[in-house]
Amino acid sequence: MGAGHGGALGAAYVAADTPAHRLPAHLKLLAVLAFAVVVVATPVHAGWAPAAYGGYLVLVLAAAAVARVRPGRLVRGLVVEIPFVVFALLLPVVARGPRVEVGGLSLSESGLAAAGGLLAKATLAVLAATVLAATTEPRALVRGLERLRLPSALTQILMFMIRYVDVVGGELRRMRVARESRGFRGRGPGALRVLAATAGALFVRSYERGERVHLAMLARGYTGRVPTGPGAAVAPREWLAALSLPVAAAAVLAAGMLVG
Amino acid sequence: MHVPDGFLDATTSAGTAVLAAGTVAVALRGARAELDERTAPLAGLTAAFVFAVQMMNFPVGAGTSGHLMGGALAAALVGPWTAVLSVTCVLVVQALLFADGGLTALGTNVVLIGAVTVAVGYLCTRLATALAPRSRAALLAGSGIGAFLSVPVAALAFVGLFAVGGAVDVPLGAMAATMTGVHLLIGLGEAAITVAVLGAVLAVRPDLVHAARRLRGTATLADRPATAVGGAR
Repeated sequence: MGAGHGGALGAAYVAADTPAHRLPAHLKLLAVLAFAVVVVATPVHAGWAPAAYGGYLVLVLAAAAVARVRPGRLVRGLVVEIPFVVFALLLPVVARGPRVEVGGLSLSESGLAAAGGLLAKATLAVLAATVLAATTEPRALVRGLERLRLPSALTQILMFMIRYVDVVGGELRRMRVARESRGFRGRGPGALRVLAATAGALFVRSYERGERVHLAMLARGYTGRVPTGPGAAVAPREWLAALSLPVAAAAVLAAGMLVG
Repeated sequence: MHVPDGFLDATTSAGTAVLAAGTVAVALRGARAELDERTAPLAGLTAAFVFAVQMMNFPVGAGTSGHLMGGALAAALVGPWTAVLSVTCVLVVQALLFADGGLTALGTNVVLIGAVTVAVGYLCTRLATALAPRSRAALLAGSGIGAFLSVPVAALAFVGLFAVGGAVDVPLGAMAATMTGVHLLIGLGEAAITVAVLGAVLAVRPDLVHAARRLRGTATLADRPATAVGGAR
């Protein structure tokens, strides 16, 4: 926690001034979502699927290059995939169908293709989402969701969460410092009781903070809506730039279907 | 553990997205009944709490440590609808800022982690408090059982979705058995942490625990005084 200036959530954002950073957040959200839909829609068992995955990879790496997201950042983004890599590695072992011998193991052909496809799709989508997170500030993302007509009650909750997650995280960190300066070591069954008391206190403090925030907002004239004003107009050029990623991906998919 | 993009086909993902949108719409309505116009700040802070507590490592015995998923705990603490909204917001932030859980799989994750775990946790807690309305032990036991069951039930729901929209022909029985086995163990950790945290909150502020509203009659506490005056930081 507390990595860098922006706290736990801001850590994902890499400040820079590139065309990708300047695009409106809601366009980037749409572009990444559409890209992910195209990737997911690619049939796993088609012979041309690996070529299509290669095409998508080139596209998403090009987007990362435009956004000046460093390779190290992209690789760190992939860490979240690890639990499902384990799951995917099991598929060829348990799947049914014709089997092939690979290094003494009897593996299912369709399982191998599916596991490869799943990993490729998950990786591509994670890369695209990492570029989105690296080029868009958390608050701008919530604004983008608002412009995409998410219910305002939901975007308000998101906004509050993003505003206060660092405060709550800081509270947790101070409790840890206090615990450890009293000699707490965190081993054995007794530790669960202590840590649970910490989490319980954290909930009480978070909830009471929520009540105070609400009263303070009422004092400032809160009526259940947070006025944000109209969003800036979007130039056709920006639509074009944002949609170039999913449109190019769709072109790869269409080419695969026609040729393959 | 969130479902990434590509594990389920586009049709299944779209189906769960519709289901998730419906659940969130109902939850928004329900949360208004639980919290009235305080929904946004309180659900937001609860979401921040769930997010922070998911990063804590708890020792759960036998030298292993686990972290909380929190659906069942949130259901007991703030009520089911607010819990669904809070966990949904945590999932949205994790998907958008950490690429943890795919964007096209967001609906799947909201259904599995947001709705299923909260529903199982809430139903078990509610059943226990209905059977023994004035018992703190029954409340804790109910939420513990709910937390324990919520994890394998969510895993089984995933197996069900994989059967409909997965791209591979796997023997479903074997997959269901493996997933349930692994997640029963994870569920034990979830139950231990949930009961311990809920017990800690019940010990100091039982009035804040949504599931313990019926306990209040027996507690020797005065009614809660008006909220302390003070600026929000």
